[in-house]
Amino acid sequence: MSWQGAARSVGHERGRFGPYGGRYVPEILVPALSRLEDTARLLLDDPGFLNMLEEELSSWVGRPTALTHASRLGDTWGGDIWLKREDLAHTGAHKINNAIGQALLAREMGAERVIAETGAGQHGVATAAACARLGLDCTVYMGSVDIERQAPNVERMHLLGALVEPVNSGDATLRAAINEALRDWVSQPETTYYLLGSAVGPHPYPWLVRELQSVIGREARWQMLERAGRLPDAAIACVGGGSNAIGLFYPLLDDPIELIGVEAGGTSPDLGHNAATIGLGTPGVLHGSFSYLLQDGDGQIQETHSVSAGLDYPGVGPEHSWLAETGRARYESATDDEALSALDELGRCEGILPALESSHALVGARRWLAAHPGTTVLVGLSGRGDKDIDILRGLGR
Amino acid sequence: MSAGLVGAAALERRLLGDETAIVPYLTGGFPTMSSFQDALEALSAGSIAVEIGIPFSDPMADGATIQESSRIALESGTTLDSILTAIENLAPLRSDLVVMSYLNPLMAYGFDRLVPRLAGAGVAALVVPDLPLEESTELGSVARDHGIGLVQLVSPVTSEERLGVLGRASEGFTYAVTMTGTTGGTTGSGQDVTDYLDRVRAASRPPVLAGFGVRNAEQVRALAPHCDGVIVGSALVEVLASGNDPLTFLAGLRQ
Repeated sequence: MSWQGAARSVGHERGRFGPYGGRYVPEILVPALSRLEDTARLLLDDPGFLNMLEEELSSWVGRPTALTHASRLGDTWGGDIWLKREDLAHTGAHKINNAIGQALLAREMGAERVIAETGAGQHGVATAAACARLGLDCTVYMGSVDIERQAPNVERMHLLGALVEPVNSGDATLRAAINEALRDWVSQPETTYYLLGSAVGPHPYPWLVRELQSVIGREARWQMLERAGRLPDAAIACVGGGSNAIGLFYPLLDDPIELIGVEAGGTSPDLGHNAATIGLGTPGVLHGSFSYLLQDGDGQIQETHSVSAGLDYPGVGPEHSWLAETGRARYESATDDEALSALDELGRCEGILPALESSHALVGARRWLAAHPGTTVLVGLSGRGDKDIDILRGLGR
Repeated sequence: MSAGLVGAAALERRLLGDETAIVPYLTGGFPTMSSFQDALEALSAGSIAVEIGIPFSDPMADGATIQESSRIALESGTTLDSILTAIENLAPLRSDLVVMSYLNPLMAYGFDRLVPRLAGAGVAALVVPDLPLEESTELGSVARDHGIGLVQLVSPVTSEERLGVLGRASEGFTYAVTMTGTTGGTTGSGQDVTDYLDRVRAASRPPVLAGFGVRNAEQVRALAPHCDGVIVGSALVEVLASGNDPLTFLAGLRQ
């Protein structure tokens, strides 16, 4: 078996990717997670359920999303650039792929209500939309800091009928929102469905979210073959929790493609000034899984910083920790300023305003082409930038 | 202390012997390290065991009270190491000690380095709320080698089958969480709760302590015939936070 094969074979038994992953949760959640795992395994193999999912993805989400040849940007950066346009998916980001899939699961499981956490608000909006579509009651936990910096998304959630619960505890960002969602879930584990938005958390979420996001890489692969007549030399995605990155990478693991994840370098490499978890962190347990974390020597989780709320998280999905350790993917970081300049360049060259999160992936592409001029690169453009207008205005852009 | 027995085995014996144990919980280093030490010394004089919480930045099983006490303790520089030093400086204490901690601070310290130190400080059992049985093999075996029991938590939604598995695996005591939810609520004491405790007791090899939301004498009276003791956490932390005497409060619970 090739080492790619080895990387692929894990994640099926007890939720481990090498040593990473697992299910570190209060006993009260164990039955709910087991039930979710059993149901998900059954339904993700069930033709009837898959047809239903496929129908929602094509007629409601708008899949397949486009693959755009960014030729003017390619001329500027010195290579062939292809953008996988998750910004064109319904609600404006890849988050909807996972949200609609899990909402369908929740409905099948007879959940009375759905809860979710959100950072940038994209997962919150996607969950609110999916729940409205399926007639499910929806509550979204969001840190008060994020509510302020991503106000348009809060309004969207309200309009879609979701209840947005502000979280003031902890650092009042994504990490605190996950803590609060977990506290809600332990209160009502039997009737509530926790619709986790990234490839993090206890088993089965990292596996389940990857399965639902892999549509990104599957489509991009055939679209590259069809449109470019070849696979890319490198595939690049931003990594916060890492759901769009694992969705892009997973179907490409067996191909001779360099896989590059770009974390948030924030303003500096010092603890507290970035969210470069794999680059600067150490392994530990947070939010139910063993993975890289930004923590101090006493095991206390540290505050993070990124201009992009969606990457502002001190953990990372366990499968990314394993891909980093095996060397199958490599992880670098982009600073706030680098991401902002890449956002400007894409907007002016191609008429696409990317999310601040996705702009980190563009920095990776710019760097890759500087080192490998003339090569072909596939960029996961995970979301659109409309939600970031206020931040950009505040930064004088 | 029971002759010949140490650690978890001694704790089990002592919990079975008492009428109904009341096990107080203190957040380590809260409200200050020295007042924590004072409270620990005072409470251990009249209790079979005292539970000490190690503050963590992301306490997902805890409600507002213990989140806040943890935050205050961490802000003043409290660490697992400084709490252990504070306990060691009081040793020997008259009660057994139970340490409650989320997994990550224990992992960061290193199980092999931590467990012997816990044993030396008089810790008989460990409660790790984010470590379910399936993930506990490594810590459980290191702890067992030093006589420290790894406590399993059960809840009202735990199935009969799983109750049996957890009740056999638990060491020191079985922690019967009396309600779904985080710490600091108010548990009921009606028949659904007492029936649940009876089921836990029937399935559990070690003694059963009930906890989460125990805050008044009426509850203690109602729960007492159905368990071997109760753990009083958030309510006691609230007493300490408002500067009142913990011993008076605990005495009130026995009324």
